[in-house]
Amino acid sequence: MPNIVVLVKRVPDTNAKITVSGGSLDLAAVKFVTSPFDEYAIETALRHKEANGGTVTALTLGNDACDKVLKDAKALGVDNLVRLWSEGWENLDSNGVQSALASAISDLGSEVVYCGKAAADSNAGSTGPGVAERLGWASVSNASTVSFEEAGVEAMIPSSSGQARVGLNFPCVVSLDKGEMEPRRPNVRGIMMAKRAVVEVISADAPTPTVNVIRYSPPAEKPPGKTYEGAGNVSSVVQALRNEAGVI
Amino acid sequence: MSNVIIAETKNGQLHPSTAELVTAANSLGGGITIVIPATSDSASATASSIMGVDKVITVIADCFSSYDASSWAAAIDAVAPAGNLILTASNDSKDLGARIAARRGMPIVQNVISINNGELTSPVYSGKALVTVSLNGNAVVTIRANTFAAADEGGSAVSSVVNQSADVGCAVREMIAKANARLDVSEANIIISGGRGMGGPENFAQLESIADVLGAAVGASRAAVDAWDGIGHGMQVGQTGKTVNPNLYIAVGISGAIQHLAGMRSSKYIVAINKDAEAPIFQHADYGIVATWEEVLPSLKAELESLLN
Ligand SMILES: Cc1cc2nc3c(=O)[nH]c(=O)nc-3n(C[C@H](O)[C@H](O)[C@H](O)COP(=O)(O)OP(=O)(O)OC[C@H]3O[C@@H](n4cnc5c(N)ncnc54)[C@H](O)[C@@H]3O)c2cc1C
Repeated sequence: MPNIVVLVKRVPDTNAKITVSGGSLDLAAVKFVTSPFDEYAIETALRHKEANGGTVTALTLGNDACDKVLKDAKALGVDNLVRLWSEGWENLDSNGVQSALASAISDLGSEVVYCGKAAADSNAGSTGPGVAERLGWASVSNASTVSFEEAGVEAMIPSSSGQARVGLNFPCVVSLDKGEMEPRRPNVRGIMMAKRAVVEVISADAPTPTVNVIRYSPPAEKPPGKTYEGAGNVSSVVQALRNEAGVI
Repeated sequence: MSNVIIAETKNGQLHPSTAELVTAANSLGGGITIVIPATSDSASATASSIMGVDKVITVIADCFSSYDASSWAAAIDAVAPAGNLILTASNDSKDLGARIAARRGMPIVQNVISINNGELTSPVYSGKALVTVSLNGNAVVTIRANTFAAADEGGSAVSSVVNQSADVGCAVREMIAKANARLDVSEANIIISGGRGMGGPENFAQLESIADVLGAAVGASRAAVDAWDGIGHGMQVGQTGKTVNPNLYIAVGISGAIQHLAGMRSSKYIVAINKDAEAPIFQHADYGIVATWEEVLPSLKAELESLLN
């Protein structure tokens, strides 16, 4: 029966206002949640267990503020909660994050890992494929639906001509897109279980970062646009797109 | 310092974004090699002719007929010289870049939109902030399409071909073609998107007919995708859909929620058509028309037809 790991990340709510001052971010007033694509990963991991048995472990990398997203996953039905952390990890680059996660996953003895296709904060999408490569596993990214087999999974992924149905043998990493599925909501029993749940904290080695953040800045302000009242102005807009903007 | 571009091909031709990657590589400084993963040597001449390129290596392998992360990474890693690796920030290249970075124990910086004095800038937090990083060593870098100018033609780089093989990690069992062969939003220079304000999926036909005049792709908000069967998730633009960066984005009956803006706010020009003058989309539009789409779309189509046909 599969030993399933799902990777979750704590990120600012996508509705949150992000304030930048003096080159750094001010996230003090921001509400944090599970990254939206990770909700599809949790849903897929739980469906995998419901279909074929096994256990689901939610794994995150972060300080103790991240226990909350693990407990939220517990409320949905995952079995085990593991948080990976060491002092001095505040500024890991992708190399460090992936090395640490890969070593934790191999210690957990997993054969299939689900994660979101990208985290809502960085929008990078590097973790799934990067962890797979470090483990020497197969991977697919941006899967919209996954079905479960004895020795692997089948996933639908976008391709240049439409969609491709691909098969992967264990061990493998699958990153999830939104797709058709609706992630479940926690029930009362789940929420009670989550309150009592214990988070196991583990550590690993991670290489020193070689990508270093210099500063954050607000996005470039666009000059204010022109707004016209009424459909009679379509012609002016079309002319402007041709003559001012030069895009048609 | 040396920069290695991993190019994309489409139907055997070099992807036009490659010339933008050359400009990005130039701003990092150092030599430039283009590596082309392909099933035949049909794209190398175009690559050699990009100004500023020193060397072109076409890697021919069976696995390159359809995308598979692990075999592609292995086959390319065996051939690509050391240095920074530069790819376009498409779905497949972001994924491939992450695998090769991991294989070489290098970090990756995704979605870069500018490079100045060795500092790389990318949008983060759904485009609500930019982060600027420095590199202390080689890295894999992916570049957003349509943010760097294309390098000129007129170069004459040396070109070679290498045959490579690799085990395939995932097996394609079936390719399912798109129901209608419309241009994908992530490939389009112009996008016209509809939201819940379109009232129903049948009204997207009006957006399609304007898209046909413009050679545009049709996109949608999440509200439209979730509400209507005919509007597929492949069309969704935003936080949980696609991030697009076209020259022109026309939003019709879309309010401009922060999660929608996350996917399209970096478009060069934005046009909003909405009946509500208070809709947040107008704050981000270069040109706004306050009116219903029922009033606007027929005359928009007529105006565009008379201008373009
Ligand atoms: C985690 C998360 C992720 C999300 N991801 C995405 C995403 O990827 N993409 C996305 O789009 N949204 C996303 N959303 C949803 C987002 O918050 C909004 O709900 C959604 O974008 C609204 O879509 P809309 O603008 O089409 O609909 P509405 O907000 O309902 O706006 C409809 C607009 O149409 C106008 N209108 C009505 N009738 C007409 C008419 N006849 N003519 C002209 N205008 C008319 C109205 O004035 C209104 O402004 C996400 C939300 C969350 C919480």
